[in-house]
Amino acid sequence: MKILVCISHVPDTTSKINFTEGDTKFDTNGVQFVINPNDEFGLTRAMWFKEKQGASVDVVNVGGPETEPTLRKALAIGADSAIRVNTEATDGFVVAKQLAKVVQDGGYDLVIAGRESIDYNGGMVPGMLAGLTNANFVNTCIGLEVDGTTVTATREIDGGKETVSTSFPLVIGGQKGLVEESDLRIPNMRGIMMARKKPLTVLDPVEATAETAAVKFEKPAPKGAVTLIDADNVDELVNLLHNEAKVI
Amino acid sequence: MSVLVYTESEQGTFKKVALEVASYAKAVANQMGTTVTAVAINADDTSILGTYGVDKVLKVNDSKLDKFNANAYASIMAQAAQKEDSQVVIVSSSADSKYLAPLLAVNLNAGYASNVVEVPSSTAPFTVKRTAFTNKAFNITTINTDVKLVALSKNAFGLVENSAAAAAEDFSPSIPEFGVNVESVDKVTGKVTIADAEIVVSGGRGLKGPENWGMVEELADVLGAATACSKPVSDLGWRPHSEHVGQTGKPVAANLYIAIGISGAIQHLAGINASKVKVVINTDPEAPFFKAADYGIVGDAFEVVPKLIEKLKTFKAQQ
Repeated sequence: MKILVCISHVPDTTSKINFTEGDTKFDTNGVQFVINPNDEFGLTRAMWFKEKQGASVDVVNVGGPETEPTLRKALAIGADSAIRVNTEATDGFVVAKQLAKVVQDGGYDLVIAGRESIDYNGGMVPGMLAGLTNANFVNTCIGLEVDGTTVTATREIDGGKETVSTSFPLVIGGQKGLVEESDLRIPNMRGIMMARKKPLTVLDPVEATAETAAVKFEKPAPKGAVTLIDADNVDELVNLLHNEAKVI
Repeated sequence: MSVLVYTESEQGTFKKVALEVASYAKAVANQMGTTVTAVAINADDTSILGTYGVDKVLKVNDSKLDKFNANAYASIMAQAAQKEDSQVVIVSSSADSKYLAPLLAVNLNAGYASNVVEVPSSTAPFTVKRTAFTNKAFNITTINTDVKLVALSKNAFGLVENSAAAAAEDFSPSIPEFGVNVESVDKVTGKVTIADAEIVVSGGRGLKGPENWGMVEELADVLGAATACSKPVSDLGWRPHSEHVGQTGKPVAANLYIAIGISGAIQHLAGINASKVKVVINTDPEAPFFKAADYGIVGDAFEVVPKLIEKLKTFKAQQ
């Protein structure tokens, strides 16, 4: 089984979000970048397939050289090789089109991507990639088993979950649940040393025009002070929720 | 050239999100000087869509479509968009809609903006406001393609009555191979889910253990709310992953979010930031959640919540 894991290079979940250049660009100053958490669950599941069922695992990112430490981390966790498509990830369609070329050239059976990145939250790349490559697609995937050519997946739906059967080629939009949080891997020293020697291929992008443009960013309006209510006066909370906030 | 909207239904009845996207589509259609056409798959009575501004309904009835299939539903929407020459297609932010939307975007060669929270500020260029960085910011986005696809955030626009004809027309698109087949569905019944909830009651580590969730559930019952939890609580296995609210869990855009014994880590606050009114109950007056909340009670949840349940029962009885 040949697996490709798509890795987004995103600000750490604790990051304060700021913008520069007239609120048109994300301010990376002082921001720690990490593997997108949804992708990390997928990467760990791919490692499981590699170790238990025999699979090769490549990782890919669409972005500039600044994303390479994130790809190296994925190599240190155990991926066999990394690919970076050297172009700016301007919108979801551009990213999906670059990934589609990698998938078609690499002949992957299974592509695992996070259901969304935690920066732009578009939630579009896995589905677009499936559409562009005519692969089957399972989104919000919280369980994945492969038995020969048969794939069984569990996906989260509103108010529950459903089990589906499908086959390769397959794209997964994965999330927490693909593996448990406690099973996520932290690179050890041996992995970090080995990662330095693993191949990281830089590819030129294919031509793609962005369909959308992020023209400006805004931060939510500053919050007013909290109205504190005495713990012995719960009546007042009910009153405020009914008459002031009008939510009950 | 009408605005096209996908109206989700379950066992023949439209979901609330269907009426919300219909309401939103009507506002967009008014801006563009056009009408609203809805696609309804295996829905019984479509007349209610007229109440929310839908002029025409394309009714698709086929037992093969009883269970949602993203590939097939996306193909049906694409065929409807072509038939209606729609330049704008609108879906909700439900799990199913966000599953089919990127497939539909490829099918229609449409630029796609998800998590949209307002009507377009301009239709030429088509400019929408969407949440980004898990509700820590907004992103003003233009869609540059001829056909535009928008996924509307839940509870962002509300239900707006706007009477129209909702003239029904049978529609028989070709149905492609499914590729993915549903084997079984395991759905919670008789309980409000986070996806549908207008009010969410959420518990954190301050509740000390899963055995204390009874009062969270009772408070949720009184309010007709869904229950949720913070990340440590789901990591500890006190509550299922599906209730985990936050940056790596579920985003919540409720009208009212009540946080009990949750300190308010940045990742949790990001997940609930789109909620309109936030109430926090916590023993620690320095908990970061108090800075994000509208109303707060510094106090022991085990004393405050039972009192709140009683007061709300009395209040509800008087309504």
